[in-house]
Amino acid sequence: MVESATGCATRDDPLMKYFALKMLFGDVAKFYGILLGLTFASLLISQQSAIFVGLMSRTVGFIRDTGQADLWIIDPDKLYVDDQKPLRDTEVDRVRSVTGVAWAVPLFKGLLSAKLPSGERETCDVIGIDDATLIGGPPKVLEGSVADLRNPDAIMIDNASRGRKLALPAGLAPGDVMLDFDPNDPAAKRRPMGLGDVLELNERRAVVVGIVETTPTFQSQPVIYTTYARAKQYAPANRRTASLVLVKALSGVEPKELAKRIEAETGLLAFTPDDFSWRTISYWVSQTGIPINFGIAIGLGFLVGVAIAGQMFYNFTLDNLKYFGAMKAMGASTRRLLVMVALQAFVAAVLGLGIGLGITCMFGLSVPGNRLAFRMLWHIPVMTAGAVTIICVGSALLSMIRVVRLDPAEVFKT
Amino acid sequence: MSPAAGTRDDDVAIRLTDVTKTFGKGDSAVPALRGATLEARYGESTFLVGPSGCGKTTLISIVAGLLHRDGGAMSVLGTDLGSLSRGQLTRWRSENVGFIFQAFNLIPQLTVAENVSVPLVIRGVRRREALRKAAAILDAVGLGGRERSRPNKLSGGQQQRVAIARSLVHDPRILVCDEPTSALDASVGWKVMQQIAAVSQHPDRAVLVVTHDERIFPFAHRIAHMDDGRIKRVDQQSHQPLHAGAGAPEDPFR
Repeated sequence: MVESATGCATRDDPLMKYFALKMLFGDVAKFYGILLGLTFASLLISQQSAIFVGLMSRTVGFIRDTGQADLWIIDPDKLYVDDQKPLRDTEVDRVRSVTGVAWAVPLFKGLLSAKLPSGERETCDVIGIDDATLIGGPPKVLEGSVADLRNPDAIMIDNASRGRKLALPAGLAPGDVMLDFDPNDPAAKRRPMGLGDVLELNERRAVVVGIVETTPTFQSQPVIYTTYARAKQYAPANRRTASLVLVKALSGVEPKELAKRIEAETGLLAFTPDDFSWRTISYWVSQTGIPINFGIAIGLGFLVGVAIAGQMFYNFTLDNLKYFGAMKAMGASTRRLLVMVALQAFVAAVLGLGIGLGITCMFGLSVPGNRLAFRMLWHIPVMTAGAVTIICVGSALLSMIRVVRLDPAEVFKT
Repeated sequence: MSPAAGTRDDDVAIRLTDVTKTFGKGDSAVPALRGATLEARYGESTFLVGPSGCGKTTLISIVAGLLHRDGGAMSVLGTDLGSLSRGQLTRWRSENVGFIFQAFNLIPQLTVAENVSVPLVIRGVRRREALRKAAAILDAVGLGGRERSRPNKLSGGQQQRVAIARSLVHDPRILVCDEPTSALDASVGWKVMQQIAAVSQHPDRAVLVVTHDERIFPFAHRIAHMDDGRIKRVDQQSHQPLHAGAGAPEDPFR
């Protein structure tokens, strides 16, 4: 608190800041334009990023779902989890013989065509787990039990697909088939596939004994769990059938050390779940156009922010330059005017970012279940905030340059 | 010495002697003032008149501390503004100069009272005190009750009266008016000048008015005629200048 020359009690600048905010909020058209630009940029950047992360997460959903193993052993040419580069069954024994291995079990994972009782065909992601131990089973069983897979022809299907891709005609009783069902009839009613329903995999009978919940796959195929031996029967004959080998390290053995040992002794590749996830994600990032397409959308969001919000904020400052000039003439220092501009940019950034992220989160929460590939990591708000900061700081700096260069004598020329 | 503490050793508030100012350098140099000499006294209104480009705006900018002179001598309120640092000059302006602009320059997003309070806010006066003073001076210029209005809800004459209130709210010792009536029609301009004359009458204040409008010359104590960057002559009015007090003549434009 200081005493001014007029004898009035004075303090630092809250009123100048208040005026700055009134100037911002009071210019309704420009304020909402700036807000709209920043909101749209935040929304596009964060929403597209969250969907990209969601999609990438789905590519490794199976690795996350299969939590019992310390190591994933694969053919050296296998680039990602769904890559069809199978191993010989004898490789399982070679892995088991490596010192430090507690157990090693084969796992089948492949796309097979299923024929439904309605006569429709659907490509399914069939997972065959170890017959003896049932290791590699689903993360969550909703109906039935994993042990039921030991029943003849038993399979378990995923909950998300039973009412969609695996849905059956409404009147079809479990075990029956319908020869005259027209799947293209829009009036045809359907019911979810359930326990006791029978379908064909490679012309072999498969009976639903359980409903499980899994992370959706990247291509959203139905997921079918069965035993390894039965999966080999369903799959076309091949000398190499094991998609990979799951390994548990002995207590006290470091998985990464064990991985090196397995690689050295078998010539296969061994990864921890995290490393295998990154190998899979790296494949999708480097070998597909997905990142580029999402990158373009995110880049467009940034450009929209620059083009609309950045330019509009700059124009907002230009419109107010004569008032800043008048205030400068009346004795306001350049620093105080810069604080006003910075505050305006900061408030616009915070509001635009908050609304944009809020809409993104509402978008993610509004779609029930896991139908939407949407995953909000903490990195996404940080990255979005960084982009909005760049937009606002850039436009604010340009505006500030105009304010710094503003000659107060200019006020007499308007 | 504090920049606000110029001593008053005579009746002259502003004294310029052979002041020069040139914009640009080399071949593109444009001399705006070629040796302007002028005195403006406390309690008087000095009008600067002359053709466009003769240096009027440059001269009031130098007097108001917005520009530095290149040469000559100058004392404003007893202070040589050329000796002040940029920060001192900024503070000196905030304490000693009131401005009335041709285009009013009222901030449209602020209320009338907030606009008037800007010079006080710049000086760091508290909100309540600043708005109280603003309301008081708005009342003095006949705009009592319009404190919460937005400038764009007022007529041109009313906006200029708000600008007058803003220029005087911090009780400046110099009032600089740049074409205060050029954006107004004749009748409104006359009333605005009455207002300026009424509220600016102060024995410790000098008023400097730049104008092309000969119809408001009766409000001047002295009229300095400028041409080509120099003061050619200064006419002292033979009559008592007009103001809005008792006995003020009728508005000739009514």
